[in-house]
Amino acid sequence: MTRAGLIATVLAGLHLLVLLAGFAAPYDPVEQTRTLPFAPPSRLHVVDAQGQFHLQPFVYALAPDPDNFDSYVEDTTQRFPVQIMVAGSTYSVLPGIESRLHLFGVEAPARISLLGTDGFGRDVLSRLLHGGRISIGAGLLATLCALLVGVAFGTIAGFFGGRVDAAVMRLADLFMAVPWLYLLFAVRAALPLHLDTRATFLLLVAVLGVVGWARPARLIRGIVLSARERTYVTAARGLGAQAPYLLRRHILPHTLGVVLTQAGLLVPQYILAEVTLSFLGLGVGEPTPSWGAMLGSLQQYSVLTSYWWMFTPAIALVVVAVAYHALTSTVHARLRLAAS
Amino acid sequence: MTVIARRIASSIVMLFAVSVLSFAVLELAPGDFFAEMQADARVGAQTVDGLRAQYGLTQSPVVRYWEWLRSFVQGDLGFSLAHRAPVSSVIWTRAANTLLLTIPAMLVTWCLALPLGVWIARHRNRWVDRVCSGVTSTLVALPDLLVALLLLLLALRTGLFPTGGMLSPDADELGFGARLLDLGTHAFLPLCALIATTLPSVVRHVRASVIEAAEAPAVQAARGYGISRARITSHYVLPLAANPLVSLAGLSIATLLSTSLLIEVVMSWPGLGPLLVEALLAKDVHVVLSASMLASALLVIGNLAADLTLYAMDPRIRV
Repeated sequence: MTRAGLIATVLAGLHLLVLLAGFAAPYDPVEQTRTLPFAPPSRLHVVDAQGQFHLQPFVYALAPDPDNFDSYVEDTTQRFPVQIMVAGSTYSVLPGIESRLHLFGVEAPARISLLGTDGFGRDVLSRLLHGGRISIGAGLLATLCALLVGVAFGTIAGFFGGRVDAAVMRLADLFMAVPWLYLLFAVRAALPLHLDTRATFLLLVAVLGVVGWARPARLIRGIVLSARERTYVTAARGLGAQAPYLLRRHILPHTLGVVLTQAGLLVPQYILAEVTLSFLGLGVGEPTPSWGAMLGSLQQYSVLTSYWWMFTPAIALVVVAVAYHALTSTVHARLRLAAS
Repeated sequence: MTVIARRIASSIVMLFAVSVLSFAVLELAPGDFFAEMQADARVGAQTVDGLRAQYGLTQSPVVRYWEWLRSFVQGDLGFSLAHRAPVSSVIWTRAANTLLLTIPAMLVTWCLALPLGVWIARHRNRWVDRVCSGVTSTLVALPDLLVALLLLLLALRTGLFPTGGMLSPDADELGFGARLLDLGTHAFLPLCALIATTLPSVVRHVRASVIEAAEAPAVQAARGYGISRARITSHYVLPLAANPLVSLAGLSIATLLSTSLLIEVVMSWPGLGPLLVEALLAKDVHVVLSASMLASALLVIGNLAADLTLYAMDPRIRV
């Protein structure tokens, strides 16, 4: 498989995993187990306390350590084998379709938390997967938003030129003149602080999209400007072609490369923006998981120094960002090769 | 001279537009500073309305914008409802604290990036280049947030550097030298975070432009004359490579300010960042407006300085 294919497969896999979060996650992301705060990742065993080997991996139930505060001991009297395809908490696959099937799980009272639990005893892996929905979803939708606005404004500016061009480009300059985080904050300030999750999510997407349209618009304007002067466009115009046809048939296809590479650059940037806002408490709030909100708990020094598994959203973030960057640079190189 | 005047004039127009934009956006927000008070059963509706009238919140948006603008131009920078004082009384120390981080960070970044970039460019396509490119591209991909958190973790674990704040609680009793040292140790961690997040991309840009400049005919000719490598680098390559780098330095102020905002909040450095977040959460409109304006002004000044430097350096631009 080629490098690009490999990266694309990894990315597609990650997105699928996040999309099917309900199935892939063993627990409901908001389900609390107050008796197990900050439990470390479950250890998978194949050899039990008597030294006997078992083919099927198993876990032990955890109980608070009576001797040490803030630590846990495994109750080795009973094994809980890890089972594949088990019934658990209800989640909705699509609006209206509900399911109870989970990829893996163990029988109660044992719990399997492969990435530990947070301060409320919620399973970090389940929150990570469900949070990815919010974070990656916000990144993708905001990119779509920014590109739609950017392509529309860029095309209008480049194609019609003159005063329209000058006006649109001044506006773009304006948006590029403000440090983006400040702008993001200013726009976020305009929105009520306490909203339900869905509204916050959509507003967040809109805000991110509004902030980021200027750069793609500029690049697309440049391409449209040069494409407009090509001889075949002039010829088509001479044959009586109207603006919509010219744009659709001859000019917009030229912008595809820029749109693709910009999308590849914007998605990780926006995921990061969502994470930053939620980290600061300005994004999607509790109890709904998002990577930024999960990282927010690291603002407490005690959590930061004691529980390494609380860093997992950051690791997921880096993996997604690196994959997107790699894909973008490969696509960019290919498009350049194709163009030359 | 006219070019400079024109650039300054357009910058001022730009800043004005930024303020209108920010104000308009804030204006769209439901609720105001006193909305929280309204929820309190002990406070009567009349009291809240009275306060609103007293602080001029009942007037039309245009009037309120005008009031803010007048106050801004006069130097008060608006009135902070949370602090019950002109914004200028709280914002200047905060802005100075932010500059205390960003200016050294920028200087150090460029002092490191230039020699490093030149050095990597000289070893192009050799293992030095490969290793450094690998390291810088990894660092570029690391989110600023993660870098800040990891550095904080390191500091907390080792206990080598104080975390949070600018000065130790007993700093007032220290002498001048000791105070400065105290400030330095407190600033070390956020400075490291800022440099670590900005350095990699700057190094990459320096490398790219030095490589491009080294292939220019003038440099090839100089090499042919047998001029020493050090002299070629300082007198031929660097002036050629400087153009995009000067623009980049101007632009990098924007990223630096945004990153600084985040790092200040994470490391509780009393700069513009925490002030802005607090003001946002409290809906203290004038503080948000003036802080955004200050940041934009810094950015515009940076770009202006970059443009003017280019204008002075490069005769091609003056034609």
